[in-house]
Amino acid sequence: MNSSQKTIGVLALQGDFDAHRTLLETRLHTRTKEVRTPADLKGVDGLILPGGESTTIIKLMQRFGLYSAIRERAAEGLPMYGTCAGMILLAHEIYERPEQPSLDLMKITVARNAFGRQVESFESDIPFSPLQKSGETGSDKKEGTVRGVFIRAPYVMEAAPEVEILGHFQDKIVAVRQGNLLATAFHPELTDDPRVHTYFLEMIS
Amino acid sequence: MSNINGVSEVGAEKSTWRTKVGLAQMLKGGVIMDVATVEQAVIAEEAGAVAVMALERVPSDIRKFGGVARMSDPKMIKEIMSAVTIPVMAKCRIGHLAEAQILEALGVDFIDESEVLTPADEENHIDKHDYSVPFVCGCRDLGEALRRIGEGAALIRTKGEPGTGNVVEAVRHMRTLVRDMRRVQSLRKDELMVAAKEFRAPYDLIQEVHRTGKLPVPNFSAGGIATPADAALMMMLGAETVFVGSGIFKSSDPKGFARAIVDATLNYKDPAALAEISAGMGTAMESLDIRTIPESEIMATRGW
Repeated sequence: MNSSQKTIGVLALQGDFDAHRTLLETRLHTRTKEVRTPADLKGVDGLILPGGESTTIIKLMQRFGLYSAIRERAAEGLPMYGTCAGMILLAHEIYERPEQPSLDLMKITVARNAFGRQVESFESDIPFSPLQKSGETGSDKKEGTVRGVFIRAPYVMEAAPEVEILGHFQDKIVAVRQGNLLATAFHPELTDDPRVHTYFLEMIS
Repeated sequence: MSNINGVSEVGAEKSTWRTKVGLAQMLKGGVIMDVATVEQAVIAEEAGAVAVMALERVPSDIRKFGGVARMSDPKMIKEIMSAVTIPVMAKCRIGHLAEAQILEALGVDFIDESEVLTPADEENHIDKHDYSVPFVCGCRDLGEALRRIGEGAALIRTKGEPGTGNVVEAVRHMRTLVRDMRRVQSLRKDELMVAAKEFRAPYDLIQEVHRTGKLPVPNFSAGGIATPADAALMMMLGAETVFVGSGIFKSSDPKGFARAIVDATLNYKDPAALAEISAGMGTAMESLDIRTIPESEIMATRGW
């Protein structure tokens, strides 16, 4: 399937969903669809869980029937990519907040606002291992890196052995993949570099 | 919670323009609620607010009490910051550098340089580029929005008339802003300098609006939203998120209003859903006809 035939659903309950849509449509010429109800999930080949406020998004998911609908599609193998709040939604558990509900799809424990409040938000070049494998090695240090924009960002505290670690910031895990599920603590959609989204599209067979 | 304070030391750039505007983008499609106590903050978060604005008195009480309205007590702001996990905003007076620096030192997530408080400077606003914390400012039209963005505001909200429960000014300001942007977009390139002169706005930002048809930062709505239908109306007119001040905690049923306004903001394109959300709500906040407010008490005309 080439990307022009795929339709990527973008969960649009709240958050920076339009940034994802713009990047997919203008840079990667991929059709997107806003997902607000279970019916909107029909016909999507992949789903993006955007940045936003994870507590708000999970409440709205539960109120409008998307919580179980998304879990059902995940069980059928629908590829999903979560950024920031989306990573929290995908996690099995929220560190020090076991009472916060999540979709519980990836075997990771995620710490919320783990780098601090907004004044600690930052950008950094993050080595992203799928790019390093395919890129020319050693020619340019920036070759296999993406610009990570971290906003009140989470990171992964613990990951089960089946979770592949794709990127670190310092000693913190900030990009992971488990089968059809991808998550980053940072926001590639806020940059004009589409390579992480390209990687996600390649996960959709 | 673990927190690596050494972020700035190794290959990281803190508080960039992109992280500031980025936080505003994360708040899109939501409701930001004014809260005066920890209990109210918890109700707001529970209802699904994307952020809270911590202030001692909601705008309708500021009107009632009169006198000079100032930044809230840092003690109260800190209590709210520790009670919720969503972003916490706080207001400083227009042009009050010291209040802004105090709020930044407290670590609030957004500062609202707000006309709801009594201005400290009737000429100058704060140079917001200098701060690590992002700012939101009010506007009534495109020129005012672009002047604030020029000073470094990472988020714009139309002003409306706060504390009135009357959405008419919010509508006027949003319609004016959107109409102004459409006009700039339709101009020829060689007409943009005159547009910058007419709007009293930075030329480069006029050029950007001409190119994109949008503000360079997100555009929210505030001032007079009292019901779920009001919130939906502002979303229909182009707001990307709504601020609700007195509308929730001055209503007869704060929990119900908070949740209904969140649900209406999400479902603004679905009239059947809005009908259901709006049913059996109880009484909205006490409201005011704008024409009965003495000119000296109009908040929207503070700032320029």
